[in-house]
Amino acid sequence: MHIIVLAKQVPDIEKVKFLRETNRVDRKSADSEINPFDLNALEAAQQMKEQLGATVTVISMGPQSAEAVLREGIARDADRGILLYDDSFAGADTLATSYTLAAAIRKVGDFDLILCGETTVDGDTGQVGPGLAERLGVSLLPFVSELTKVSTDKVTAVTETSAGSLSVEASFPLLITGTKELNTPRLPTLKEKLRARKAEVEKWTAADLGDVDPVKLGIAGSATWVESIALPPEKKRKGEVLQGEDAASQLVAALDKAGLLKG
Amino acid sequence: MNNEEYKGLMVFAEQREGKIHPVAYELLGKGTEIAQKLNIEVSAVVLGSDLGDEINELFYYGAEKVYSYNHPVLADFDLLNYKHNVARLINEVKPETLLIGATHLGRSLAPRIAAAVNTGLTADCTALEVGDEGNLVQIRPAFSGNILAHIRTTTRPQMATVRYKVMQKLPRDPSRKGEIIEKEPEIIESVLKIVSKESSGGVNIAEADVIVCGGRGVKSSTDFELLQDLADAFGGIVGCTRPIVDDGWMGKEHQVGFSGNTVKPKLYIAVGLSGSPQHLAGMRDSDVIVAINADPSAPIFKLADYGVVGDLYEVVPKLAAEARQRS
Repeated sequence: MHIIVLAKQVPDIEKVKFLRETNRVDRKSADSEINPFDLNALEAAQQMKEQLGATVTVISMGPQSAEAVLREGIARDADRGILLYDDSFAGADTLATSYTLAAAIRKVGDFDLILCGETTVDGDTGQVGPGLAERLGVSLLPFVSELTKVSTDKVTAVTETSAGSLSVEASFPLLITGTKELNTPRLPTLKEKLRARKAEVEKWTAADLGDVDPVKLGIAGSATWVESIALPPEKKRKGEVLQGEDAASQLVAALDKAGLLKG
Repeated sequence: MNNEEYKGLMVFAEQREGKIHPVAYELLGKGTEIAQKLNIEVSAVVLGSDLGDEINELFYYGAEKVYSYNHPVLADFDLLNYKHNVARLINEVKPETLLIGATHLGRSLAPRIAAAVNTGLTADCTALEVGDEGNLVQIRPAFSGNILAHIRTTTRPQMATVRYKVMQKLPRDPSRKGEIIEKEPEIIESVLKIVSKESSGGVNIAEADVIVCGGRGVKSSTDFELLQDLADAFGGIVGCTRPIVDDGWMGKEHQVGFSGNTVKPKLYIAVGLSGSPQHLAGMRDSDVIVAINADPSAPIFKLADYGVVGDLYEVVPKLAAEARQRS
């Protein structure tokens, strides 16, 4: 059984700053980390490996520093880490990203299951997983919050929808995008971290992907582009502070006037 | 790809249990506005099983043409068959723009369609504009909602998922008529089998008109009953911040914020929450914001229309009683 996990290096979104002067995100303002949802995907792969025996491959596309997220994967018992790193991959939108990842996965070979997070906290599109499932021609189980039953040829999983949850049985090959609820990721031990630090991370360039069309990679292969960036318009707020014993009745009177009371 | 061949604006109309999701009507409203500027046609595509008169609703809200796929397999969430048939329709009809509601289904379906027809897709738009040469400018919040990115697509169709409750639907007009085009679906055998369904118990915070949202200032999970009582008095539902979900006091379907649900109710009552940037990103577009907090320096007061500085355990019950008295 072969499980592939996708991981991405992202800036710490709670700290990252936006530069008003240049309309750019200042990546130096915050440390980089592994996309938090990817830790849930890695944990799920590790649990399946423990229960069923499996080979786990972690793949990331990004700058050289993204090697760190592959070491995170190896520390969580992944057998292999592959970094897709090439100047021609840079500036990719989700269409070009899923194209590049699909080419890499074909090169890696047969797989039963691909696990990734429901979204990445930086781009926050959630489009790469489903797009990749399409490119590889496999079924997609999105927003999975629980793996109820796993075996070497299928899973039973709970998928979240806006109307409630569905329990679905799906056979491999399959791509799952996981939510935060999927599990509680464990922290690797010091020993595992040391092992991961010494492990080899494979680096693949466009030339290593074999038969790829260079115009479908990176910025050249992207169909969307950011024309401009603006600050959101601030809604004018009343900012009325109500005080004293009758604050509650003043407030209800104001809300009543605005037609916000029930009935 | 010859972009000139692509004409018209199409809306994907999601249905659940035979009812069309209202985000489709909102997209038809926005679509009509765009179509009038560009003098193009607005159509909708709907897949389901025996939808009957429900299809006419799409005309009442602005569609001029509806492509309808009818098959028992299409009654439920079936990504593969939805994708396959919508992708076929795109290749046949060649719409210039395709809009999809950013529901769970829409967010999973749209990227598959985009990859299948090799076109660009913008996620989770909150505004759409017509740019020069009639191109669609897709506007979406990025980086926790701190910035708005204006995005364009070089390929066709220009695809976007659009958040629920940000666009305005047209008033329903039952005298409006249009053309239904019945399409023969191609059905693929799915390797997915639905074992069971569980509804979220009616909690759909993204659709609520009034939300009473509690944070760390609420001292125990049972104290949320006070907030529930206040919500009942206003005919609303209870939400919470991320730490409350992390502690297991409430389910994620109640969570408001960047990593939870984005909401835009008519009235948002923030109780005992300070207003972290991540929380504000999920509720800043609410019509009227009320903040109740003991700490006058809490950031939530900066965003509030009305602020009450005080102990929530005193203010909340009083507010509920006053509201009941008046309504």
